[in-house]
Amino acid sequence: MADLTSTFVGIKSPNPFWLASAPPTDKEINVTRAFEAGWGGVVWKTLGEDPAVVNVSGPRYATLMSQDRRVIGLNNIELITDRPLRTNLEEIARVKRAWPDRAMVVSLMVPVDEMAWKRILPMVEDTGADGIELNFGCPHGMSERGMGAAVGQVPEYIQRIAQWCKHYSRLPTIVKLTPNITDVRHPARAAKAGGADAVSLINTINSIMGVDLDRLTMLPSTDGWGSHGGYCGPAVKPIALNMVAEIARDPLTAGLPISGIGGVTTWRDAAEFIALGAGNVQVCTAAMVYGFKIVQDLCDGLSNYLDAHGMRSVEELRGRATPTVKDWKALNLNHVEKAVINQDSCIQCGRCHVVCEDTSHQAISATKDGRRHFEVKDEECVGCNLCVSICPVPDTITMRALRPGEIDKRTGLPVSGEYANWTTHPNNPGAVCASAASGAAATETLQGVA
Amino acid sequence: MTNTQSQHTSDESPRSGPRAGRLDAAGYARNFCDAHPPLTPAQARIESERCYYCFDAPCITACPTGIDIPTFIQRIAQDNLRGAARAILEANPLGGMCARVCPTEVLCEQACVRNRHEDKPVEIGLLQRHATDAHLSEQAAGSGAPLFTRAPSTGRRIAVVGAGPAGLACAHGLARRGHDVVLLDAKPKLGGLNEYGLATYKTAGDFAQREIDWLLSIGGIEPRCDQQLGRDFTLDALLADFDAVFLGLGLAGVNALGIETPPLEGLRAAVDFIAELRQSDPSRVPIGRRVVVIGGGMTAVDAAVQARLLGAEEVTMVYRRGPASLSASEVEVRWAQTNGVTVRHWAKPAAVLGEQGRVTGMRFAATAEQGGRLVETGETFTLAADMVLQAIGQSFVGDPIEEPLDAPVGASIARVGGRIGTDDDGRTSHPRVWAGGDCRHGGRDLTVEAVEHGKRAAVSIDAALRDGTLQTTAPVTIPASTPASLQEVHRG
Repeated sequence: MADLTSTFVGIKSPNPFWLASAPPTDKEINVTRAFEAGWGGVVWKTLGEDPAVVNVSGPRYATLMSQDRRVIGLNNIELITDRPLRTNLEEIARVKRAWPDRAMVVSLMVPVDEMAWKRILPMVEDTGADGIELNFGCPHGMSERGMGAAVGQVPEYIQRIAQWCKHYSRLPTIVKLTPNITDVRHPARAAKAGGADAVSLINTINSIMGVDLDRLTMLPSTDGWGSHGGYCGPAVKPIALNMVAEIARDPLTAGLPISGIGGVTTWRDAAEFIALGAGNVQVCTAAMVYGFKIVQDLCDGLSNYLDAHGMRSVEELRGRATPTVKDWKALNLNHVEKAVINQDSCIQCGRCHVVCEDTSHQAISATKDGRRHFEVKDEECVGCNLCVSICPVPDTITMRALRPGEIDKRTGLPVSGEYANWTTHPNNPGAVCASAASGAAATETLQGVA
Repeated sequence: MTNTQSQHTSDESPRSGPRAGRLDAAGYARNFCDAHPPLTPAQARIESERCYYCFDAPCITACPTGIDIPTFIQRIAQDNLRGAARAILEANPLGGMCARVCPTEVLCEQACVRNRHEDKPVEIGLLQRHATDAHLSEQAAGSGAPLFTRAPSTGRRIAVVGAGPAGLACAHGLARRGHDVVLLDAKPKLGGLNEYGLATYKTAGDFAQREIDWLLSIGGIEPRCDQQLGRDFTLDALLADFDAVFLGLGLAGVNALGIETPPLEGLRAAVDFIAELRQSDPSRVPIGRRVVVIGGGMTAVDAAVQARLLGAEEVTMVYRRGPASLSASEVEVRWAQTNGVTVRHWAKPAAVLGEQGRVTGMRFAATAEQGGRLVETGETFTLAADMVLQAIGQSFVGDPIEEPLDAPVGASIARVGGRIGTDDDGRTSHPRVWAGGDCRHGGRDLTVEAVEHGKRAAVSIDAALRDGTLQTTAPVTIPASTPASLQEVHRG
């Protein structure tokens, strides 16, 4: 059995699954239930200064559903905790005492004012919590008051507050980043420069879930008006994975621990975040859709995966896929793939044909000898993977890489075994000479691995 | 539906023979409600999402009326039931009945690619019913604009003889195109087999008439019931009065058993039994305790199952060949068996047995296939029965169109294989007469096929009227342009 225990910025937990700072971690009763179910840790729902904020007493959530009514996206307009600071601190202390082996991290959001941070940090430390997470990500409500995402969008603020936290507290400091920015590397670099121990990402994305087409009001709405909320859940996972990888492969933040957040629902999602560089993962939407019990499936699945791949710990998986994330210009333009349709498992729905015909490269025929039959035309196929991506039957359309020397029927040319990218391509007006380019690529590869 | 029988204790009476009232009221209500209840909105939504929206979908090809099935299912999934109903009814104005009675397991659902994936097709028939029921209910309640309206009047008049599925579809297609239709039927009610020939549990809640009410609501169709060709009017007379005639005569004859059939109480044609059940309260329809149904088609199944549902203790369907030759589908046969019908193969009627004017049983000769021919093995057996229903098929009765016609060619309507011969569009040997449905040669005697016949004949009649190839009694101005709403149909 693989070892699932996790140590993230010195904080130990029995597994790498923490509940993210959010409604599920708002109160003692919720967190106790989470620990009973087996969660490795929690980030307690964000604390702020007294008097506590006030939430709307109407719809705070709305979802985007797949056709079979599975939640694929969740939006919320709930603010930080609306309970008195003292109440939260007492509960945190009590839960940590009762569950000493679980990670207890406290999320914080107070104004960009050194005294405000100086006041709250010792109170948190007194609870016995293991660490703090700085909420620089919430995009709704609090950002209008100069906090949350409003801070996360200004790297200088991030750096300054991280410095204050490291100055006034001994606790490990995790900076939670907002995705509502252009280049996530800048706030991550600022967090590192400010001395933060780690970053966590992503927080939620600005979103409107829809429009009530009978009343013609946005959704969700409070008494007829709505405000953008924060979007999360499986639909944001690809965005989060990219941002995690960007930070993991940025030489300026290399080695900075990352807590991965964004749509983790299954053990596979978690494994993907970890493979791209996350040290652990945080979960919220999946728990809000299915309840806390899912952590058992997350642990079981991840453990089986690690065993099946001969890895003894989560740490052995961390970052294994990061070196495969490159700039586009590094991709091998000599590599050629073709789609192949398995006629035994093909159910002949014909969708591959029509999408290729209508929207791609007219590379899949619909008939053979007058009969319904779908087959790839190698002379047209550019290997785009669209057919693979939309086929309803798993593993029925696959991609085959042409071997060096094999003729690409589309170009009529033999496939080169040599690596060659855009930087040296004759069509590139800024092409550099081949030897310099391959040298640069080699350097990049080494950096990626490091 | 279950085949639970609610039997009165009086059923133990020694008197055998057909008798009504074998069940209590609850038993009749349970047995003659919808055999396959409609989908709930939640079920329809979930089922609709199973459709893969195939390219050039095989289910469309498999549908005799070519309904764009992926489109209507997608519209159900998108909460657009009106659009779904339009997609169905555009191709098949009797889409509601076809959703109930089509052997989908050998048509659209057999072609569904889901069969290859998981051996379970999308429930196309039930989804079609969901969409059409919603539309018909909405229209019956007077809400929502009609889906179809008539093109400007052409002043042309067409007689449609027979108001079964073919005639109804033809009448609707012609009315849409602006022609005036007189719809004649020999029976007191419109609908043909829809009204008289289907098991009650397939079309519960008087659906056949509700659908006809909707179909006629387009306007331009004048129904005339109790009007039988050959008895009340002649084809010649119609040709004199109308620009064109469509014959949807159905199969009026019941095939004989080929043995002596003395007039005995309890011996009757299955189609009459089914029709009586449709036109009566089931509790008033007499049924025997032991019923033998002779035949292997859908009529035999409908009769046998309903015999059980009326309270018969033993119902045996006897078919002269093996399971592979049955014209009832596997699903139909399974349905019969589920309802407690015993299905016996390889036996043909040898004699009807009777005493004192009543049926007491049937003697059968065992059969076998030798060199592709059906032969008797020499063995016989007897099944005791107080009711015997004959369901070995119906045949076309051509007498009403036997007489040579006056104008314009003086010819009778040509026959092929004992039925009316036509081209693909339903045009007969007479230039102003079209035919469709079961009376037309070359079909599979399916409701949905009859609808397609009527639909295509309407297109063909309309085209012939517009291009002036028909001799007419009076010159009539036809609008030069085809209404936009009809162009698609013309292309199809």
